[in-house]
Amino acid sequence: MSEDGNPLFQLFWTFALISLFAVGGANAAIPEMHRIAVDVRHWMTDKQFADAFAISQMSPGPNVLIVTLIGYAVAGVTGAVVATIAMCGPTAALAYFVSRWLANVRQARWPAILQAALVPLSIGLMAASALVLAQTSDRTWVAVLITLAAALVASLTRFNPLWLLLAGGCLGFAGLL
Amino acid sequence: MSSEAAPAAADAPDLHNPPPSLAALFVAFAKMSLSGFGGVLVFARRAIVEEHRWMTADEFNETFALCHFLPGPNIVNLSLVFGSRFRGIAGGLAAFAGLVGPPMLLVTALAAIYSHFGQVEALRRVLAGVSCAAVGLLVSAVFRMMWPLLKKRDVLGLLVMLTVFVAIGLLRLPLPAVLLIAVPVSLAATYAKLRWAK
Repeated sequence: MSEDGNPLFQLFWTFALISLFAVGGANAAIPEMHRIAVDVRHWMTDKQFADAFAISQMSPGPNVLIVTLIGYAVAGVTGAVVATIAMCGPTAALAYFVSRWLANVRQARWPAILQAALVPLSIGLMAASALVLAQTSDRTWVAVLITLAAALVASLTRFNPLWLLLAGGCLGFAGLL
Repeated sequence: MSSEAAPAAADAPDLHNPPPSLAALFVAFAKMSLSGFGGVLVFARRAIVEEHRWMTADEFNETFALCHFLPGPNIVNLSLVFGSRFRGIAGGLAAFAGLVGPPMLLVTALAAIYSHFGQVEALRRVLAGVSCAAVGLLVSAVFRMMWPLLKKRDVLGLLVMLTVFVAIGLLRLPLPAVLLIAVPVSLAATYAKLRWAK
């Protein structure tokens, strides 16, 4: 990492490394992204990070796209592309090689033990993501209430999540926050 | 597309249609990606298993399980693995590009808009509201995943979950360090528990 000065190299290494530890998907790595982007590298503020998460959740596509927004904040369009490729490329290549290897040992079913061991871990990571994001977004009691209400409605009903995001946006626009 | 798929698939025990072209892979993955608000998996399953019949439900579940337990964005892993099954590396890249490319362009455009107008008061307020709701959705997803552990009274699983939550969420320790310890410990403990239960 001698090219520490070049932001594109920094972006690439940061997200390539994070992706390898994203057990359970991109949302599991949000605390680490926040730690590096806000606390270590000072690429963006707390508020910008929360906004990036909000925008990525409103957009269609895999939920990895928060890294596109972080990349853009660091180095514009090039940064957006580099961060996205770094987050998606290495692990996809890994999955490709593992699947080819498994195809040769056909009868070896994906062991249940791995699932039993890794699922709780990834839930813990997701819960940490929720906490980190709540700390950046929920700065008032009204904001906490909106988050809790959204969590309840999403758990108890089958509404399209997009409606809940829109409702949150309307409440924000109305000046409740 | 789907009108010719139904009769062709009916006679064979293996439900596969002829392998998709590179362009078909790109378009199919771009479509499921762009319709995937709040997660692409549902749309991927529908398109691959029901609409195009490129895989049976079991094959899809098996492929996804593999991609789920490997690190990184699951559905992105799936696109490369899936595409390469049909058309080699080129097919994998076509599916990958279809899944990631179009939404990435869209989000980049949104990022540009945000960098110009992010300070506008009205937009700030809207985004603040959206992010509160988005956090709520994440909380709900966590509870939905946690529910089976609670129902099974899986003490070991809950303990692992809680430890990781405290280490990452409260203590804000670096992720690689935490996982390099947590993954082997969790694997060993789970293995020991299964052996013991026998």
